[in-house]
Amino acid sequence: MTLHSTPKPQTAPGPLLQVRGLEKRYGSRIGCTDVSFDLFPGEVMGIVGESGSGKSTLLNCLAGHLTPDCGQVIFDTRTAGPCDTVTMGEPERRMLSRTDWAFVHQNPRDGLRMGVSAGGNVGERLMAVGARHYGNIRDQALDWLSRVEIAAERIDDRPSAFSGGMQQRLQIARNLVTGPRLVFMDEPTGGLDVSVQARLLDLLRGLVRRMGLSAVIVTHDLAVVRLLADRLMVMKDGRVVEAGLTDQVLDDPQHGYTQLLVSSVLQV
Amino acid sequence: MSAQTHPASGQIAQGQIAPIHTDQAYNFAYLDEETKRMIRRALLKGLAVPGYQVPFASREMPMPYGWGTGGVQVTAACLTPDDVLKVIDQGADDTTNAVSIRKFFQRTAGVATTEQTTVATVIQTRHRIPETDLSEGQILVYQVPIPEPLRFLEPRETETRKMHSLEEYGLMHVRLYEDIARHGQIATSYAYPVKVEGRYVMDPSPIPKFDNPKLSQNAAIQLFGAGREQRIYALPPYTDVVSLDFEDHPFQASKADHACDLCGSNTAYLDEVIIDDAGGRMFVCSDTDYCSTRRAQGHVGRLGTAQEHVA
Repeated sequence: MTLHSTPKPQTAPGPLLQVRGLEKRYGSRIGCTDVSFDLFPGEVMGIVGESGSGKSTLLNCLAGHLTPDCGQVIFDTRTAGPCDTVTMGEPERRMLSRTDWAFVHQNPRDGLRMGVSAGGNVGERLMAVGARHYGNIRDQALDWLSRVEIAAERIDDRPSAFSGGMQQRLQIARNLVTGPRLVFMDEPTGGLDVSVQARLLDLLRGLVRRMGLSAVIVTHDLAVVRLLADRLMVMKDGRVVEAGLTDQVLDDPQHGYTQLLVSSVLQV
Repeated sequence: MSAQTHPASGQIAQGQIAPIHTDQAYNFAYLDEETKRMIRRALLKGLAVPGYQVPFASREMPMPYGWGTGGVQVTAACLTPDDVLKVIDQGADDTTNAVSIRKFFQRTAGVATTEQTTVATVIQTRHRIPETDLSEGQILVYQVPIPEPLRFLEPRETETRKMHSLEEYGLMHVRLYEDIARHGQIATSYAYPVKVEGRYVMDPSPIPKFDNPKLSQNAAIQLFGAGREQRIYALPPYTDVVSLDFEDHPFQASKADHACDLCGSNTAYLDEVIIDDAGGRMFVCSDTDYCSTRRAQGHVGRLGTAQEHVA
């Protein structure tokens, strides 16, 4: 027994994000209801479901863009420990969304400033948290552009001169520059052709693994969650119908809707 | 609002008209008393919260938007029959905008007017701060086209108000960053954003950035009126005003690297004037009162002619 050298039990880190009974209604219609899950540091959670199933509503509630009607979204902040972001003051919530959170929109035009150069887009979050040294901001912008495979000489070009895939990569760089711990992604590969999608997914997977990011990814593309997500939630009509490890859910779907979803993917 | 006594009549350069109190059908200084009261309340609030844009119910004025309707309303609300008014447009007392507004108040308020900065108690200005230092008791009224410094970066008014209330001013530096990235230096040369008392970021109206240092610790009351945008903001005397910049690209108050060709001043802000078709040009003080005062004192620039002492 004593020979069995069990590794010293580490105090397991608590969940980064705890969601409890989240509900958002649009009048009498349900946006999403009764959503509860935990997200641990370094974990990627995928949310799939058809259009109108409440995925984006849920994501916007989590990220503070929408106010849920009831429920808690408890985030493990760096300074004050776990806090409910629904009831926290707006200044704190906005501070979180500039520092510890990131939000990658489906359409890069929603997440980028189209009239500002690529370097300015990346530097905006740095300047928002108080960076006031031009040289340092520019160095960090160049570093991040290279990490998302955008050539350094494009730093002073506006995003409107970029291709869709580059815009999406720029949006990712702009979001990750302040070293967030939690990234919300709303269909990050939507609207991109397959080869560009593949590159972007590869990039995202590398960044998520290397930086130890936690992420919540909303998508209707099962290939995306298969590649990126550790765990999966399937939503239908505003409710979570199935949740579990990604491979488990995709290879052995239990709920009728999940079976339909998995079987409707085209096999090439 | 100014409680200054009427200056000695000899100091008034022109337009010495006694205050008119006879015709009660027309109210003093064009606006009715209720409107002036409303504007004064906004002014007081603005002075209490320096740099904060106070909404006010801007009235239609008998001039087009963009000609100084905001400044005129603020001036009208400040004027008393004892005031001496000076109006400048880009530093000059004799350009269209200045002349028409001065005439407007001569007619509707009957106040004395002057071109001398030191004599005036209320100075309405379009895009300049006089070169001569202002003193306590003077009021400087700015005409403001767009009061929101964040406007061209963030088009939503709801969002800019939230940014002001939460002190989220990172975007302002994005604008300066873009300048340096594109031009190698901060190329914003007018309407240069400032931070007031470490709190509100403010658009100082389109004054050249050369004038920005004069905003800070100024002895005069500085009032800003934007008629079309319906905003009033203010700087009380001796307010700290800092121009935004980067640590490695500090703010520089710039002017044309010449001396005035009429009065020889090396320190005044200059206008460039094309004088022939062969590329000939001259630089003259933008502040006409400052220039003529200096010339009267005997200073002569490169193209100037010596004047006899008038005073």
